[in-house]
This record gives sequence, structure tokens and C-alpha cells, in this order.
Amino acid sequence: MADQKTLIEKEEVVIRFSGDSGDGMQLTGTQFSNTSALYGNDVSTFPDYPAEIRAPQGTVGGVSGFQLHFGSKLVTNPGDYCDVLVAMNPAALKANLRWVKPGGTIIVNIDTFNDKNLEKAGYKENPIPEYRKGDYNIVEAPITTLTQGAMQDITTDNKSVLRTRNMFALGMTYFMFNRTLDYTIDFLNRKFGKKPDVAQGNKLVLQAGFNYAETIEVLASRRVNVVPAKQEKGVYRNINGNTATAWGLIAAAEKAKLELFCGSYPITPATDILIELAARKDLGVKTFQAEDEIAGICTAIGASFGGDLAVTSTSGPGLSLKSEAIGLAVMTELPLVVVNVQRGGPSTGLPTKTEQSDLYQALYGRNGECPAVVVAASTPSDCFKYAFESARIALEHMTPVILLTDGFIANGTEPWRIPAMSSLPEIKPPFAKKGEKYQPYARDTEKLNRFWAIPGTPGLEHRLGGLEKMNVTGTVSYVPENHDVMTNLREQKVKNIENYIPKQTVFGDDKGDLLVVSWGGTYGHVFSAVDSMRKNGHDIHMCHINYINPLPSNIGEIFSRYKRIVVCEINLGQLVNYLRVKHQDFKYLQYNKMMGLPFTVNELVEHFTKILQEK
Amino acid sequence: MSDLKIQYKPADFKSDQEVRWCPGCGDHAILNSMLKAMANIGCPKEKVVVVSGIGCSSRFPYYVSTYGFHGIHGRAAAIASGLKVANPDLCVWQITGDGDAMAIGGNHFIHEIRRNINLNIVLFNNEIYGLTKGQYSPTSKKGAISNTSPFGTIERPFRPGELVMGAQGRFFARTIDMMVQLSADVLEAAARFEGAAVVEALVNCVIFNDATHEMFSAKENRDDRTIVLRHGEKMIFGKEKNKGLVLKGFTLKVVTIGEDGYTIDDILTHDAGEPNPAIHHLLSNMQYPEYPVALGVIREVKDDTYENLLVQQIADVQANTKIKKMDDLLKSGGIWEVK
Repeated sequence: MADQKTLIEKEEVVIRFSGDSGDGMQLTGTQFSNTSALYGNDVSTFPDYPAEIRAPQGTVGGVSGFQLHFGSKLVTNPGDYCDVLVAMNPAALKANLRWVKPGGTIIVNIDTFNDKNLEKAGYKENPIPEYRKGDYNIVEAPITTLTQGAMQDITTDNKSVLRTRNMFALGMTYFMFNRTLDYTIDFLNRKFGKKPDVAQGNKLVLQAGFNYAETIEVLASRRVNVVPAKQEKGVYRNINGNTATAWGLIAAAEKAKLELFCGSYPITPATDILIELAARKDLGVKTFQAEDEIAGICTAIGASFGGDLAVTSTSGPGLSLKSEAIGLAVMTELPLVVVNVQRGGPSTGLPTKTEQSDLYQALYGRNGECPAVVVAASTPSDCFKYAFESARIALEHMTPVILLTDGFIANGTEPWRIPAMSSLPEIKPPFAKKGEKYQPYARDTEKLNRFWAIPGTPGLEHRLGGLEKMNVTGTVSYVPENHDVMTNLREQKVKNIENYIPKQTVFGDDKGDLLVVSWGGTYGHVFSAVDSMRKNGHDIHMCHINYINPLPSNIGEIFSRYKRIVVCEINLGQLVNYLRVKHQDFKYLQYNKMMGLPFTVNELVEHFTKILQEK
Repeated sequence: MSDLKIQYKPADFKSDQEVRWCPGCGDHAILNSMLKAMANIGCPKEKVVVVSGIGCSSRFPYYVSTYGFHGIHGRAAAIASGLKVANPDLCVWQITGDGDAMAIGGNHFIHEIRRNINLNIVLFNNEIYGLTKGQYSPTSKKGAISNTSPFGTIERPFRPGELVMGAQGRFFARTIDMMVQLSADVLEAAARFEGAAVVEALVNCVIFNDATHEMFSAKENRDDRTIVLRHGEKMIFGKEKNKGLVLKGFTLKVVTIGEDGYTIDDILTHDAGEPNPAIHHLLSNMQYPEYPVALGVIREVKDDTYENLLVQQIADVQANTKIKKMDDLLKSGGIWEVK
């Protein structure tokens, strides 16, 4: 460790690693965030990568980025702008310069700044001399050359050398922020256990990057330390939204004493849920990689009929394909969790970018009067909670539940205080009783759920299906009055769930001027914006919604206590229009953005400030 | 399937629902054969589940008194797959038609077969869309006139057996609605087979496609125009039992025993258990009038089932892991404590 006296203490730092999509920037960012989390910082990350696996090398379109924000205080989002930008080539610099704070540090791999790469990035000449005139500290590091040097005793194979350059950059940032190399060395040993040469090469390059940074005056003299955040006592881990979602579902199965079945088809950015569940055979999870999205949900419906906690995971276009089958689950009133990791749409849209534009689809995207429960998670780690909640509601109320997350929280990570399983509620599905006459559509008098009779149980034989059924008895029925009764029962059953979810809470005061309403994955940015404005004395409050259908029963009462309401979402106004229908007594302002990117705290503060000024 | 044998009568599997197929529809006969087969198989009734898609035949689950699931168009294969994988102990029947399995559900059909999930798949083939009142189907003969092909279809039909072979199917059988005992026999064989078993039931749609199979299915010609294959027996057919099949070059040939120098020894012996599907493919593709239409169990090759492999894989992983419950997983890998 360097001399502590040279350290500058900071509360928070944002780093953005960027390079070609094959440069290993996601891995680099993940390593830095895990190291920082382990050190005790609060961390939030934002991977930003192209849909192409190896997009045209050296082009702006092929740039893969990973931004991470770590601090000694509460960190709720990955930060708008970065203090340090690592750019592995000219295209990465071009694509990311706009995200660098004034006075920020830019590390470029100067070896890649040749005519060919500059041209590919769309630069007419080397831009660095011009950028030097701006308010940046630019470090021109010969990363390729120094990596070759560090590797010379291991290999001279150019491909292997190029593949380890990310470790050099990582080593440099570890020096800059006073981190140890332990976590990454341990990771490399494990990852390349069977290839000791590769492990050794990576470790040498990592150390070389660290050592190099120490020799650069501008870095050595500004070495920064971010002390651990004050966190609640407990055991922590870093987790991303997709893993948290998978784990929430497994936890729910355990609490319901059921097997978990996931029928699914790979789709960005939801695939990691299926990947994690497929790895969890240790906990008895059954995954079925189906031939398409429709088979994914239909196998899940079959498994649900068979008595499993059944789930299917997808993203927007996949949800479209599943629509008819969700209707079948609504009609047969079977428990089912449909996880939709939203991405930019319509159609194939922006597969790797984030958006909140599937809310209408989740609420309304089916034929017939077809109510499904809609729940949304707000941060990477609370995907666990809301996946668990989705399963609880599905099982206890016999209904499909659509859980909305998004590409931003699905791939983003943050430290998470691990819950003990004993702290989670038991889940009690309403099983039909053996020995009693079973009527498939007889209902619980309060919740209105029907009862679950599992094939294999003697005496409970019955038939379900997509055709309208006679109330109580469950025989096929075309009786007009019965359809009216059944339609209303299905609607009321979902509405009644408002009595079995938590009441809506508000961050801020009980009443006031501006209430900011948000939902889902925008939580971190909106919270930061509102929190900072409150600290500056503004009359601003926040209502972040996770239960969307049904809404918490006290929402209208909350809305009535504020002068103005602004609804912020990454779409053209889907929640706001839903609220305009559900709670018509209020006037809603809205703030929307459609860039495939999260909000920035900055733009939110600006917008809210403007509203508050309009008295 | 359970070893526990229960004595059932066909009527034990009959539901109290009125059967709403048209009078004269071939589906009635298959239902009767199925009730017989279910009684014979003796799987406890509560473990029997009938899953279907959409179409005339897919009303089937309402007409048996077992567990049943009437799904959505084309998706019975997927629903049945999920059900069987979730609960391998069940005896799962999938009822489907030529529209349900060959058109909208074609993808699921080939994949359930490829995976070899232990399902009993009964494909009611009447070569027409009946429930939507008479449009041609993927199995309608080329040139078939229907309300969506008023000048005759210009599409070549699928042959279900060929699709089954192409998807690496291990069991394929064929029957005709009117042959109630044969139907009951092949349905029972399908149920006893551990793997994806497809039974193509040639059924007559009396309203929209009457007599489509008549050329070979009519009683007076049936013996000469069909061949009932039985494992280990010579491929002989005809009223006089004097016709047979021989292999000539890469194809099958119909010969008359005692003519052109052919003797009984030249006639092929049916081996349903041969893993190489070449002959089964030829047999399943035989079309009248060039050939007799093959009936009975054409292919029956034992192999691992998807659900057994999955259960085994889970058991293997569980035997070698430290993660026994969710708490273990939560605390695995990179964790740290804040004190």
C-alpha cells in the first residue's frame, strides 16, 4: 500500500470502462465493483453494451461500456457522469467523452490511436491534443506495449496478449483508488485453474498496470480513497437483478414447499435468469429450454397444472408471443410467474438497452377481459423481493403474475444484505382437500381464488381449459349470464389482492407541493434526485410504485395530499395514463425519455426544479 | 407407470359429459378404443391426464373422467411436456389433430419427439379443419377442394410418420377409426412404451371430408389395401394372405407369393425395434394405390426419456453439492460481513 498521506478522501467516485465489445470491459467493471463492494463501499453498476457479440472492431457502434459508482455513502444509481474514463481505443473515447465530468481523468490506450483506428472511430486526426485543451486529465498509457512486456516470459502470442490488456487497465484503476488486487487474483486463480499460464499472465499484467500507475505523476499525486460506507450489520454480497430474480423464485418455491419449474427461451436481456436457474439443479430446480417463447410458457402452464411453482422468463418480444398463453393461465386460474425483463422496443428494438415500455403490454396485451397481476422491481437486489412476492401472489391467489424488471436493473449490480430464509413468510397455496367433492371453480369467499387440485390425487379428477367454464362446477358453459359472472369474478379476484399487498409509502413528508411518482427500475435515479433536492430545502416527495395491478389501496389518498404530481418513466407515459384511468380526480404532469438509457439524476433535478418554479 | 394393477372397465373412464362430435365422426370410435385401452393398461385413474390443443378431437379431455387439460391451439405438446417433466409419475396422453400438430403446433410436435418425453400422442388425422368448417389442412391431399382451396390445393401434404422419423421419433403406430380393436392395441402399446409415442389415427370427417380414407379403409377392400404390421412377423397382407413386401434396391416392393419366383422366405420380417429408421420410414410412407397403407406399430425403439435423464441429473448434482437449501446458496461465493 502506498503512503496514506498521498490519499485524497472522496465520498463517491464514478468510473467508466469502455472498449471494443471483445475487450473484456464487462469483466473489468465487474471485478472493480466486486472488489469495492468487498472493501465495504456501496456500489451501483451499469453495463452498457451493443447487441452484437463482436460488433465491427474499432467502431463507435461496437463500443462496450461498464459504469460503476462506489461510495462511502448510500449509492442508489450508477451515476450520471464519470470521474474516470478508461478508453481502450479511439471509438471508446468518442462514444464516451460526453459522460466525463469536468476535471475528470481519461486513460486511453494510446497504442490503439493509429490512423486506421482513428478513421474507424470517425476522427480525422488524433483528437487528444484538442481534448487536452479541455478540462480533463488525459493519461496516454501505452497499454498494449506494456502488456506485451509483462507477458513476454509467458507468451508472445499476440491474441493472448491482446486479451489481457483489460487487466492492465484494471490494475491502473486499482492503484488510483487504493484497492488491493486480492479479489481479482483469487478470481483469476479460480477461473484459470486449469490453465496456470493464462492465470499467471493475467496476474502479471494486473500487477504491471498497478505499478505503472504509480509512476505516472498525475495519478500518483491524486490517489483517491473512498472509505467503506456505513451499512446495516449483516452479511452482504454483490448481486445483479437477474440473479436476484432467479433466487427470489427459488426462495419462494422453498417457502411454498414446491418444486420450481422454469420453461423458457433465451432472449436478451432475460437469458441470465434461465442460466442461473439451470445451474441450480443442486436445489432441485427443473429448467426446460423450450423450442420457442410459446412453448416456454406452455410448458410452465403444464407444470403449474401438475403442481409446481411454474415460471417463464422473457423480454418484450417474448411477452408478445406469450400473450395467448397468459390468457389461458387467467382462464384456468393457475399460478404462474411471467418475468419480463424490459428492453427497448417495439419489435426487436434495442435488445441491450433499457426501457419501461412494456407496461401497457403487461396490463392489457391479451384478448378478452383478461386481468393479470403486474408487479415491478426497482433495484438489482430487490428483484429478489419482488420475484418472491410475485410467486407468493401467484400461488396464494391462483393467478398469473407478470413481474416487470428491465435491462438496467437486470444487469446492474449492487451490494445486498442477504436475508435469512427464516425471515421470509411461508407461502400457503390453496390446495383442494382430498376426500371432499371437488368443484374446480368453487372459490375462497374472501380472496375469490379457486382451489388447486394436483393430478395424481385420487378423487379430485377434473378438467380445465381455455373455454369458458360454468361457475363452481367447471363444465364448459356458453350461458350468457354465466360468462358475465365469471368475467367479474376473475376481475374481482385480482382486485382483491390489494388487501394482501403492503400499503404504498412515501419518501418525504405526509403532504406538500410536488409528489414525484415513479415505478420499477428508475428508483435509484429518482431517489437521488428527490433526496438531493430535499436536502436543499425543496418541497418535493417521492412515491415509488411496485404493485401496479392491483395498485395499493391507499394510492388515491396519498395523491390527494400533494399539490402537484409528476410521473416519471422511461416510455411515453404508460403508468401516467393508467393512473389517469384508475385515479381520475388528479391532474398528472409527466416526464418521459426514450433513449434506451436510464434517467440521469441531473435531468430529473433540472425538470423538478422547473416545475417547482412554476408556482 | 405404476406396477399397481387395478381392474378397470372401459366405462370407468367415461365422463358424464355429452359427447358433442357429429354423428358418424371417426372420433367416437377412437374414444371407445381409448376407453378400452385405458382400462387394459390399468394405470390408476388419478394418474392419467389427457391434454389437448384446439380442434374437434381436442374436446377429448371432456369425454374421459380422468384429469384433463384443454389447451390452446397447437400447444398441447408443450403443455403435456411441462406436465410430464414436472410430474414424471403421471401417465400423460396428448390428443391432437392434423391442424393442431402439423400446422400451428408443428414446432412443438417435432421437439417433444426429439426430446423423447414419455407422452402418448394421439394424432387424429382427418385431413381437414373441421371445427372451423372445412378448410384444407397440412395433411390434405394435393389438389383437395375445400372452402379455402376452391380450385384445389397447390401444397404437398405432410406425412406425419415422416415427420416423426425426421424428428428422431422412437415410436410410431397407425390405425383407422373403424378398427376399434387395432386402435385399442396400438394405443395400449403407445402407453406402455417409455418415450414419445405417436399414434396416427386416420379418422373420417363425415361432414367436411367424408370418405377421405375410404379407398383403403372400407371394409371390403381393407385387407388388400392395408397391411397390419406386427413385430417379428412377415409383412404379409391381402384377403388371401398371399401378398407381401420385399426390399428392392432402396425401396419397398409389393409382390405376390408364388409369383415371379417369390416365396415366403423373400418377404421382409417386421422389426419395429431396429434403431435405423430407414425401413420404418419407407413403411410409414407407403401410400395407396402403389402400396398398402401400413397399420399397427411401425417403429418402437427404446431409448432414454427426457424426464428420466433430468431427474437423474438433478440427483447426481445434489449428491455432490454443498448447497442443500436456499440459505446455503445465499451465503455461497463472495460474501462479506458488516459488523
